Amino acid sequence: MEFGLSQEQTLLQDSVVQYLNGAAPLDRIKRFVNNCEPRADDVWSGMVDLGIPSLIIAEEHGGIGCELLDAALVAESLGSCAAPVPFAATAVMVPWAIAEAGSDEQQLRWLPKLAEGEVIAGAAVTEAISTRLDAGVHANGDTLSGRALFAIDFEADVYLIADRDLSLYLVDADASGLRRRPLTTIDKTRRYGELVFENVQADRLPGSSDPEVCRRVIDAGRIILAADTLGASQRMLNKAVNYSKERMQFGRPIGSFQAVKHMCAEMAAQLEPCRAMMWYAAHAFDARPEEARLTICHTKSHLSEVGKFIARTSTEVHGGIGFTDELGLHYWFKRIGANRQLLGGPTQLREEAAMRQGLVEA
Amino acid sequence: MDLSYGSRYDDFREEVRSFIETHRHLAAPDWDVSDRTKLQEWQQLLIEQGYVGRTIPKQYGGYGAEPDILEARIIADEFARAGITQGFSGQGIAYLMPALLAMGTDEQKERFIPPTLRAEMLWCEGYSEPNAGSDLASLKTSAVLDGDEWVVNGQKIWTSTAESADWMFCLVRTEPDAPRHKGISFLLFSMKSPGIEVVPLKTMSGTHQFNEVFFKDVRVPKDQIVGQRGDGWKVANLVLEHEREDLGDPNFTQQRLNFLIDLMKTETVDGRRLIDIPVYRDRLMQFQAEVMALRFNDLRLLSAKLHNKNATLASMVMKLQGCEVRHELEGFAIDVLGEHGLLYEDAPYVRNDGSWQANYMFNLGLIIGGGTAQIQKNIISERGLAMPREPRPAS
Ligand SMILES: Cc1cc2nc3c(=O)[nH]c(=O)nc-3n(C[C@H](O)[C@H](O)[C@H](O)COP(=O)(O)OP(=O)(O)OC[C@H]3O[C@@H](n4cnc5c(N)ncnc54)[C@H](O)[C@@H]3O)c2cc1C
Repeated sequence: MEFGLSQEQTLLQDSVVQYLNGAAPLDRIKRFVNNCEPRADDVWSGMVDLGIPSLIIAEEHGGIGCELLDAALVAESLGSCAAPVPFAATAVMVPWAIAEAGSDEQQLRWLPKLAEGEVIAGAAVTEAISTRLDAGVHANGDTLSGRALFAIDFEADVYLIADRDLSLYLVDADASGLRRRPLTTIDKTRRYGELVFENVQADRLPGSSDPEVCRRVIDAGRIILAADTLGASQRMLNKAVNYSKERMQFGRPIGSFQAVKHMCAEMAAQLEPCRAMMWYAAHAFDARPEEARLTICHTKSHLSEVGKFIARTSTEVHGGIGFTDELGLHYWFKRIGANRQLLGGPTQLREEAAMRQGLVEA
Repeated sequence: MDLSYGSRYDDFREEVRSFIETHRHLAAPDWDVSDRTKLQEWQQLLIEQGYVGRTIPKQYGGYGAEPDILEARIIADEFARAGITQGFSGQGIAYLMPALLAMGTDEQKERFIPPTLRAEMLWCEGYSEPNAGSDLASLKTSAVLDGDEWVVNGQKIWTSTAESADWMFCLVRTEPDAPRHKGISFLLFSMKSPGIEVVPLKTMSGTHQFNEVFFKDVRVPKDQIVGQRGDGWKVANLVLEHEREDLGDPNFTQQRLNFLIDLMKTETVDGRRLIDIPVYRDRLMQFQAEVMALRFNDLRLLSAKLHNKNATLASMVMKLQGCEVRHELEGFAIDVLGEHGLLYEDAPYVRNDGSWQANYMFNLGLIIGGGTAQIQKNIISERGLAMPREPRPAS
């Protein structure tokens, strides 16, 4: 019995980080951002070689058959590198939904291609969490109308859509009647966008008549975003600590000032327990369904708060240079900010957590 | 990740639950040592059941079970759920015993562990002195070998439970000429030894006491030293490691959180239950998330110890984070009670026996005791993150 990572899992994380350090260092991220590249195909192809898109897909469909925890560990590495690649939707939410609720034919059609990274899938499921003024998707038979905002992994070939009844659909990116528009967000290391449907032919996942499927897809997405924040926050803490050892003021490294040390200690003290929490939440998704949702709500909301504190504090430790575009620390700051808002912000997640326990009057 | 939950654990949980149901009326209140018989009977029952001293070898009076993370978690969960203490866990059991197991001689283990575990030998910790607090290594209480006995002179301060303890584990300077960290030894002696005077100091909460302890030619048998002469700093740090994990223990906080949820479900303001007020509910959920994170961290530490894995940083942050959450949680309970939150001691209308105010203060003591929050941050940054050290005074 062990509550910790296996050697293979540590190796998996190391290999992703090592690859991204080579293939997507800061200047590659900057190019991706500044040239508004839709996809960083060069970076993605190496991810495919590492088997990343096939991680949670079953072996019979050309995947590796890992658990969600393994995917979350990869997400942590991606957050750590602010990697300009799709992941949450294409490698986790969409293949999980298709495997869980898709017909045999849908599985055969999509899963092998997703596993090979040949097809990239986006996901627009926020309708199922909270419908704001501007959006709303409804189905009429197999035809979708309306608007979905905040599609994750937006530069995709196919999308997973949730309607207001939490049914799930697949829609081809070039389906007629579908209009796509990128949305500018603070986080430019990943792509987000809007999908407008005018009587668009959609391929419903038959198993999704059970709304629990959609909720689980959202659970999975939330863990991935929380893990991304864990990785990004750890990187920001490391950057602060390293910088504090080099930067000299008053004739000594700023890291020898207690005020600076205590800022770093507070970051570490808040972040470190989140690691075990993320492991447990991701593990519970597969192994402890009865505990999973509450743990996941708390994990994402808590990491959002801790991440916000670290994003700010690490920037402060850097002083003026931390505020520059040039240093690029802000890519992590913004990534943490985006993860916080997506698929349910902390307040909403805490309310869900309370509901889960029967603490909210109907 | 290999948490093989299974029906064995469901059965185990059932077993713990039904034990608690049938025996909860026997539970002794934690920390209250005024009724020793009740305390010891409850302790004995829990040892036999394996809920206290679960992994302590049978030879030393423990239950002798293999360490098992899930069992430990289930026991902690169920006692927290029931709102009763998981046995007596004073300084002897929580801090000293693990250090004795690691560094004591066989004779010391046989002599001290069984009665300590049974709560027949209660301990106090003699570390701090008037001029040696955060800078503990500057302590001056001396012990000089005279024949087969150490002769101890000096003073300790802030010594919790010295007034009721049977024994003290104590840091003394035995090598005055050695560098300061190398001149300290770790002694065990009875509080009944002639020459010990205990002077109580009342604390701000009025409920818990600590003391000044004075030593005048206190004679201690030579073999009541743990480790070698001059090894005291090492032993002391091992004790402190366990002390800090214990002070930050999120399982206590879980129990208080459970009480708080009950309180917020029953207490009303303007006819609304407190739990139905969204800002309160949100804050409550924030605490639940924080406690949850610390409990998983605790699980990770347990597992890391079992598998000899490094989890240094995860361990170092426990005292700081755990005590902070404990303290803040009590403060939040006071806030949601509004003016009723003010009531204390035997006031009419006081809720939960005034424990929210009492613990709010007591837990501030925990933030200071066992190494202050600032000292924890020094340790985390210097040893955990390898940041440049403060200049140290020449020794
Ligand atoms: C409730 C309670 C119970 C206790 N029980 C015991 C007990 O049973 N046995 C025992 O031996 N002791 C006990 N203590 C004592 C406790 O360990 C000390 O109070 C603590 O270590 C701080 O020492 P001090 O009181 O001398 O404060 P000081 O060391 O004088 O500290 C005062 C302030 O200065 C700060 N400070 C000091 N040095 C530094 C530094 N290097 N960097 C940054 N800030 C610094 C501290 O953080 C603190 O804020 C207890 C204390 C309390 C409050």
